[in-house]
Amino acid sequence: MATLQSLLMRIVYAVILLMAVLVLNFSMMHLAPGDVADTISQSMGGADQEILDQIRADYGLDQPFLVQLGSYMGKVLRFDLGYSFFYNTPVTQLILQRLPATLLLVFTAQILALFIGVILGVISARKPNGIASHFVTILALFGYSAPVFWTGILLLIGFSLNIQLFPVAGMRDVTIEGGFWVHFVDIVRHLVLPVITLGSIFLALYSRLARATMMEVLGSDYVRTAKAKGLSEREVVYKHALKNSLSPVITLAGLQFSAVISGAVLVEAVFSWPGLGTLAFQSIIARDTPTILGILFFSALVVIIGNLLTDIALRFVDPRVGGKG
Amino acid sequence: MNKFVKGLAMATALTASFATLTKAEEPKMGGTLITVLGSNVRNLNSAVQSGIVTGFPGAQLFASPLRYDENWEPQPYLAETWEVSEDGLTVTLNLVKNAKFHDGMPLTSEDVAFSVEVIKANHPFKSMFAPVESVSTPDAHTAILNLSRPHPALMLAMSGQLMSIIPKHIYGDGEIKDVKTHARNNENVVGSGPFKLTEFKNGEHVILERFDDFFIEGRPYLDKIVMRIITDPAARAIAYENGEIHMGAFESLPRIINRLKKVDSLTVTSDGYGAIGPVDWLAMNTTKGPLADVRVRKAIAYAVDKNFIHKALMQGTASDSTSGIHPDSPFYAAQEGYDVDLEKSAALLDEAGFPVKDGTRMSLTIDFGWPGVKPQVEYVKAALKKVNIDVQVRASADFPTWAKKMGTMDFDMSWDTVFNWGDPVIGVHRTYDSTNIAKGVWSNTQGYSNARADELMAMAAVETDPAKRKALYGEFQQIIADELPVYHTNTVPYHTVYNDKVGNPPLGIWGSSTPIDMTYLKE
Repeated sequence: MATLQSLLMRIVYAVILLMAVLVLNFSMMHLAPGDVADTISQSMGGADQEILDQIRADYGLDQPFLVQLGSYMGKVLRFDLGYSFFYNTPVTQLILQRLPATLLLVFTAQILALFIGVILGVISARKPNGIASHFVTILALFGYSAPVFWTGILLLIGFSLNIQLFPVAGMRDVTIEGGFWVHFVDIVRHLVLPVITLGSIFLALYSRLARATMMEVLGSDYVRTAKAKGLSEREVVYKHALKNSLSPVITLAGLQFSAVISGAVLVEAVFSWPGLGTLAFQSIIARDTPTILGILFFSALVVIIGNLLTDIALRFVDPRVGGKG
Repeated sequence: MNKFVKGLAMATALTASFATLTKAEEPKMGGTLITVLGSNVRNLNSAVQSGIVTGFPGAQLFASPLRYDENWEPQPYLAETWEVSEDGLTVTLNLVKNAKFHDGMPLTSEDVAFSVEVIKANHPFKSMFAPVESVSTPDAHTAILNLSRPHPALMLAMSGQLMSIIPKHIYGDGEIKDVKTHARNNENVVGSGPFKLTEFKNGEHVILERFDDFFIEGRPYLDKIVMRIITDPAARAIAYENGEIHMGAFESLPRIINRLKKVDSLTVTSDGYGAIGPVDWLAMNTTKGPLADVRVRKAIAYAVDKNFIHKALMQGTASDSTSGIHPDSPFYAAQEGYDVDLEKSAALLDEAGFPVKDGTRMSLTIDFGWPGVKPQVEYVKAALKKVNIDVQVRASADFPTWAKKMGTMDFDMSWDTVFNWGDPVIGVHRTYDSTNIAKGVWSNTQGYSNARADELMAMAAVETDPAKRKALYGEFQQIIADELPVYHTNTVPYHTVYNDKVGNPPLGIWGSSTPIDMTYLKE
């Protein structure tokens, strides 16, 4: 009962926080000079004043700020994210069209980076001064510090132009015909380079963290005990130490879910990935307030779900989490 | 005898070469053309959405009354023939009898009348159809545009993407002014052009397929057009190079243009941008501060080295521009330039009453609306330092921020890019007309006002004799180049890129904003 109540409270707080975020962002968008009518005019090569005034009137942009805010928040409370001024499409429809592509990209990159990062971390932790360890350190440093648009373009030049292995842009080749597997392979081919690009940042974080925690754990008493019991090195590392060193990595991975938007924007831009990141970027440039707020709303949802998943994963690797005492 | 043999040989050679010529030019049917759009599509209905992105799909989906050849001569399209009355007050369009919309309904003069009404109410360029008072429809295939005054600009306004004929039975179900937000502007779009819409996925692609009942027999040649949306120019460049994309237009980065020119399989050309007419200029606010004095504006022109802009910044990809009209336009009259002359510049500034005090004569600001032109702005700052003008560069967070500054004339100087959009009446007058001052971005944001220039524009707008019109615009351009409300520096280096497989790419005056029913794939 107590758990249920605290869960309900958390949801109420989350909703209040979300509303506050929407109001704040709506206000900030409003403060900036100019509006979406200007970017619509830009997309049309200029427009007569009369047409611009008409566009502003149609979208209610000529109303006082509080009236605009009130009408928007009223819609949100009725679960209506409104209508995109720039794309003339309901925001929810626009976002749902783009969300799967981003989830596919971010989840694949996250999971692969987590998996490979932990393995690399463990390998380098076992021999901290070995060649493998130095290699991982350099790789991590490089992956973390190289800007993603640069890594992306470099990969494109290498593997789309010089060695024509992967396609340059997009998520699928629309000229391809065939069954499920043909399309599956096609999407995987399109996915490789963006996943490597996006994954390289995550990989750097996870491998460094896994290495550090693993080294700490390997020096702890119970590992020494396990070794003294005569367990094999393999068993000690993978059965006893690894499980205990995973918690911080998983916590970090949970935090990284916020990168659904922030991290993916540049990668999506470089690879023309038809996801939320490019939409967010274009909507900010276009001052398309309803779309931007809609994306914020959805990314908040993704973060909440991501945190929930992290919680479950933590309980799985560490029984102490969520237990009493 | 010898002569005869020679002649015979020549004749044979001629026939042979003629034969190969016709063989090479014979278009092939079928195939999927992969093209690219450099930004996301906002709206596919080109009757209510102008702009270079919608222009390409728009011209495939919707047909217009006329099309133009490379020599700026109107050609029949939806209008088989057309007549302009002696007094220039009526324009009669005789429509083709077999035009159908993609849903099978016939296209009639009612649709033309409806489309004019929609365009007048929603299209951003009011000047295109402002003098059109009504459209009479004596029969299903005759549409008569009744004008309040002669309007020669109408001819170009009836071509390209500017006058898309949309079906009344689809888009006429609500208020005329609401067509710009009609649900079928992006889905289930219905036009009468050579291709119909298969799928539009926002941010991903537009897919069109051949319309079998297109009113021109045997066309289009292509089965399908895929327009991929790739916003990153570097990624587009790689896709051209590895053959993933057959053709694309509006590439404007000098570095990328020059790189692609070196690729054997690609042709890179600046042909096909005459009617869009994009020009770059240094805008100067003529209403306040030192720039109100024409001598100061001239001094700035003498200090800014166009040669540097052309060679170093544009890397040879752009051409010179000396007046408000694009050099490819038939109305262009090249003006004498302001070759760099720092002494003359300094003398003009002294004369205007701005001597050097503590190392500077004056402080000015310069704005720019998008990151791509920052080098130009930085160069102007450096160039003006040589004549002791202190320039402060003001960045804008985004386009609307800059647009607001321009629209309210809150600036000294700014880099700007403006398109001609066919006839000067549509895209040129707006910058210099004294009745259009400070009416939003790309209006007369310089606050320029010259009675003679106004008069010339008004006369040219109604002059039906092309030669007299050209003369009027000639004098107009002279005044503009002399008084410098803006200093014209160069054309925007837009280029079309296509690979060996593409036959007859759209390189006419409207470039890719024309129906590509004659474009084909060679293999």
